[in-house]
Amino acid sequence: MPQTEIKTRQVETDILVIGGGTAGPLAAIKAKEKNPALKVLLLDKANVKRAGAIAEGMDSVNNAVIKGHATPQQYVKEITIANDGIVNQKTIMAYASRSEAMIRELDSWGVKFEKDEIGDYAVKKVHHMGSYVLPMPEGYAIKKHIFKQIKKLGVEVSNRLTTTRLLTASDGRIAGALALESRSGEFVVIRAKAVVLCTGAAGRLGLPASGYLFGTYENPCNAGDGYSMAYHAGAELSGLECFQINPLIKDYNGPACAYVTGPFGGFTVNAKGERFIKSDYWSGQMMLEFWRELESGNGPVFLKLDHLADETVTKIENVLHITERPTRGLFHQGRHTDYRHDLVEMHISEIGLCGGHSASGVWVDENARTTVPGLYAAGDLCNVAHNYMLGAMVFGAIAGQDAVDYVAGLELPDLDEAQVAAERERVFAPLLREEGLEPAQVEYKLRRMVNDYLQPPKVTRKMEIGLVRFAEIREDLKRLKANTPHELMRALEIYAIVDCAELAALASLYRAESRWGLYHYRTDFDFRNDAEWFCFVEVKKGADGRPELFKRPVDPYIVPVGDDERNAYNELRIDTAAE
Amino acid sequence: MPHLAQPSVTIDPDKCIAAKGCRTCIDVCPTDILALGPDGKVHMAYDECWYCLPCQHDCPTKAITVSIPYLLR
Repeated sequence: MPQTEIKTRQVETDILVIGGGTAGPLAAIKAKEKNPALKVLLLDKANVKRAGAIAEGMDSVNNAVIKGHATPQQYVKEITIANDGIVNQKTIMAYASRSEAMIRELDSWGVKFEKDEIGDYAVKKVHHMGSYVLPMPEGYAIKKHIFKQIKKLGVEVSNRLTTTRLLTASDGRIAGALALESRSGEFVVIRAKAVVLCTGAAGRLGLPASGYLFGTYENPCNAGDGYSMAYHAGAELSGLECFQINPLIKDYNGPACAYVTGPFGGFTVNAKGERFIKSDYWSGQMMLEFWRELESGNGPVFLKLDHLADETVTKIENVLHITERPTRGLFHQGRHTDYRHDLVEMHISEIGLCGGHSASGVWVDENARTTVPGLYAAGDLCNVAHNYMLGAMVFGAIAGQDAVDYVAGLELPDLDEAQVAAERERVFAPLLREEGLEPAQVEYKLRRMVNDYLQPPKVTRKMEIGLVRFAEIREDLKRLKANTPHELMRALEIYAIVDCAELAALASLYRAESRWGLYHYRTDFDFRNDAEWFCFVEVKKGADGRPELFKRPVDPYIVPVGDDERNAYNELRIDTAAE
Repeated sequence: MPHLAQPSVTIDPDKCIAAKGCRTCIDVCPTDILALGPDGKVHMAYDECWYCLPCQHDCPTKAITVSIPYLLR
């Protein structure tokens, strides 16, 4: 196929929102609500109706901050402690203070939340300290309620567009994005005054133990594109050494899910049937205790429900088998596992990058602004620690509203034709090549190397070797061959995965200490060193085109943390089980 | 579009109404692995299923069955 046959289309909008999962729709809705005269374009590489991590809904809100159950100050303190102190409290406060209003708004859209007999939200305790979990009895329908608002407000939607690079203007501000239409193979130039990046976690980074490329916990379409695009546009990325690692159902790689079962009496046990952790909340320290149990000879580790009454188990099944990853039930059926009689084997997942479940993401302030003017980030892509679904919605809303103010009075930035031409050449090279490497094989090799060299415990020499391997694979990308636009999309995703792997390794090597339990457990520096490392590790593209690493200080806390509380999340283990 | 020998997403050809213009399952698949064949029916073209179920749940004629991919069973 010659270059001349590639069709190019140009689109202009005021605000471009990239990612139709959770944060993106709220950004688009709130921007359009605030100024209906603006053009707001929401796009996704899949279909906004079912895109993102909550394609099949969600069982509960993990971080509901509701008056009478919790205060924003209490929540900010809990997440500060759970994240070993390295947080921008102003961002967490921005979330926490808007949490209840967002729940009430979703409620008004038709989203059902569990309530007690007097109509109060039925908040459950799962975290180590406070209570923030609010079940959603009909959580499978949440995307439908959100999509209804998108249509109602007249947000323009474009599906099957894989954005590959952001456009920047000569003054450094954001100018739009470039995309591949993954069915027609069309090249799309999108000019915009502001861009909100909501592309989710880098969920296709490590290789699942099953060896199945798409057997990921996160939606596998979230290949790390947003991390890569933000990096190449000059944005600062934060905490990429704070990996996402989850305790998941072994082989299935979906949540077990102790979050849902905990309030019903379910919990995690070792092979002896003993409970060994006090809290099933997904903190780095919890993951470390889980890993230690697996390695101690007390493993495997299981989710235990077989002691519960039949009707209780049925209730749990009616939540777990209809939301988030509903094929859980099908998987158990195939393995002849019945919660009533059998324990559910769990395991430590491969690594990923995610703000929602840890803290690795594009740096944003409390207004969801990145360090590039006009570029916003929200949801799992941004570095707001332990953000989850509701945080994605709130930060999406913050970004959308702030972007409206930003674009007021602005003209479209000039289009840099050289950027367009260079990207067009990069994007279509695998399709134009006569022969070459199959994208799936290159991706398999890359992600196997990520497992071999980056999976914690982190070892300096291993990570250094990993960087050499990633560089070799980066060279191999020049030989990728795609036969269809669909394969071309997959080929381009590998570029993003290589970027994420390299940046994750460099950030991990830079932070010469251990922190966040298993997330950044370095055998060479097996201790927390607050004197030198009580800071964010940041990375951005340097003037020479190479990653530049630096420290960013943690701003003074707006919610103080007492000395007696600082280590609360390090005290999760039930000691008797370790012997 | 290629047909896979052992697809984890199977479509009952007697129930599939793609020939009448239905594209629901093709549209909602996050990994875009479902395609229209020359026979006017939908089939799984790429081995990239996330076993997530929107195709099965949104199909208006209940023509789709999603199985767990072989490597995970």
